[in-house]
Amino acid sequence: MAVKKSYEEINEKIKRGEAVVVTAEEVIEIAAEKGYAKAAKEIDVVTTGTFGAMCSSGAFINFGHSNPRIKMKKVWLNGVEAYSGIAAVDAYIGAAQLPDNDPENKVFPGRFSYGGGHVIHDLVARKEIRLEAVGYGTDCYPNQKVDTIITLDDVNDAFLFNPRNAYQNYNCAINLGDKVLYTYMGILKPKVGNASYSSAGQLSPLMNDPYYRTIGVGTRIFLGGGIGYVAWNGTQHHPNVSRGENGVPQTGAGTLSLIGDLKQMDPNWLVGLSFIGYGATMAVGIGIPIPILDEEMLRYTAVKDEDIFCPLVDYNEGYPYSKPMDLGLVNYKDLKSGKILFNGKEVVTTSQSSYPRARRIAEILKEWIQRGQFELTRPVANIPSADDDIIFKSIPERKPGVTYFNGGNRRD
Amino acid sequence: MKNKLVCYFSAAQSEQPIIYRLVKNYDLIVNILKADINPQKEGYLVLELEGDKNSYTEGVAFIKSLGVVVEPLSETIVWQSEVCIQCGACASFCPTEALNIERNSMEISFIDSKCVICGMCLDCCPTRAIQLHFEIKGAV
Ligand code: SF4
Ligand code: SF4
Repeated sequence: MAVKKSYEEINEKIKRGEAVVVTAEEVIEIAAEKGYAKAAKEIDVVTTGTFGAMCSSGAFINFGHSNPRIKMKKVWLNGVEAYSGIAAVDAYIGAAQLPDNDPENKVFPGRFSYGGGHVIHDLVARKEIRLEAVGYGTDCYPNQKVDTIITLDDVNDAFLFNPRNAYQNYNCAINLGDKVLYTYMGILKPKVGNASYSSAGQLSPLMNDPYYRTIGVGTRIFLGGGIGYVAWNGTQHHPNVSRGENGVPQTGAGTLSLIGDLKQMDPNWLVGLSFIGYGATMAVGIGIPIPILDEEMLRYTAVKDEDIFCPLVDYNEGYPYSKPMDLGLVNYKDLKSGKILFNGKEVVTTSQSSYPRARRIAEILKEWIQRGQFELTRPVANIPSADDDIIFKSIPERKPGVTYFNGGNRRD
Repeated sequence: MKNKLVCYFSAAQSEQPIIYRLVKNYDLIVNILKADINPQKEGYLVLELEGDKNSYTEGVAFIKSLGVVVEPLSETIVWQSEVCIQCGACASFCPTEALNIERNSMEISFIDSKCVICGMCLDCCPTRAIQLHFEIKGAV
């Protein structure tokens, strides 16, 4: 009889300390040894992990009020501006934000030593942070300036809210041009001198649940060393792309928007990064547990690197100018071997996503579940999948006329 | 030719227009990488000298003739394992496999003795876990 398990049954086992939990790496061998049906019966949960640069990350913070009160028009944390176009002392610090006086790429390639991701890391590390804010003063918020030192423990709320994380697959970047490129995929040597990839492959969360059957709104996850939740699909979520027979997309596809309390996170799993010539960002640690509800889920989680393909993309012209070029696919087993073949030539590979850290996250999450500290959640709502009609759009080119100012509602 | 040198000097020597002479009389391109001179006017200069072989040799001989101690710059690469996030980005830039990924664990390690201090890895590390240190002795 085909195996079927409910979330409730799996959680009962977790509570009793009897759940069988393995990582997305371990499940591969078990499935090969015992077959899918038997493995599905035995295994209750498979844990995944990923740790890499995710620019679309940031945190909402409520600082509490100064006395007299202030309506912050602009806010800086260690000189890095946080968006404050929301309520008086609320702000959003984005991982890719740079200090106002950053030299950027004026001397190329710029170094981008400090940015929003570093601020978030420093906050979580309980370091002292300079908080500066200015306001224009109102009857209810008379103060116009704040300049002080805070730590994460001084603020009312701080939660990570990342609009796009955990990309389900990604490009493998190469450089067909003849000068060095400095990109968000790292340094790309000319004439296809290296091939840079950024995914944990077989350990990566959405590679193990390719149609988002169990990962949806409300799914409880490992986020930045603490507990977080899937809030929504991520921005640029684009599930209807070409997929392999195993259901795994062969290009960037699904994404997740994630949320979690920053105060219980760990600086080891939220790390500020500086990509030379590109900018600052943050490495985010994410781990998602996948309940083995049936044999189908077991098959998905048993996916291995050699069966996951990603497209080679040229970052000289192909990507920046959206020129369609078909340069073929490569699999993650070859990428992780350190060399791939491109047009009959051996090319060294450059990894951007930390596989050892991804593995560690899957192990930590496994321990949490085994100890009964972490139960699984059924999604409150599903996120769009491959059969939903989602179209990937670009900015339209139109000529704004005078009527478009203020949304066309001009007060004459 | 092009080389990096550390010049250690004392108060009397620091009064001399060394850089000016190197440029004017020996036609060398001088790049000051680091300088540290204390209030007693003792200290060191880290210079990069570039020029043809003869002028280079004569230029260095000139500095020495002033009593300045000249030594080749000894640089070391320091890999801070606690800062490294094991992304692996540096390995494909290292020509000697001093930074190397063990392909089963995918873990990176740094073997000091294999490092030729080419500096290729410095730019590609997003956490700045790899740093170049100058080794400077105490003032002479
Ligand atoms: S300095 Fe050069 S040889 Fe040394 S670790 Fe870096 S890349 Fe390798
Ligand atoms: S690039 Fe930096 S962070 Fe990445 S593995 Fe190398 S030393 Fe570690």
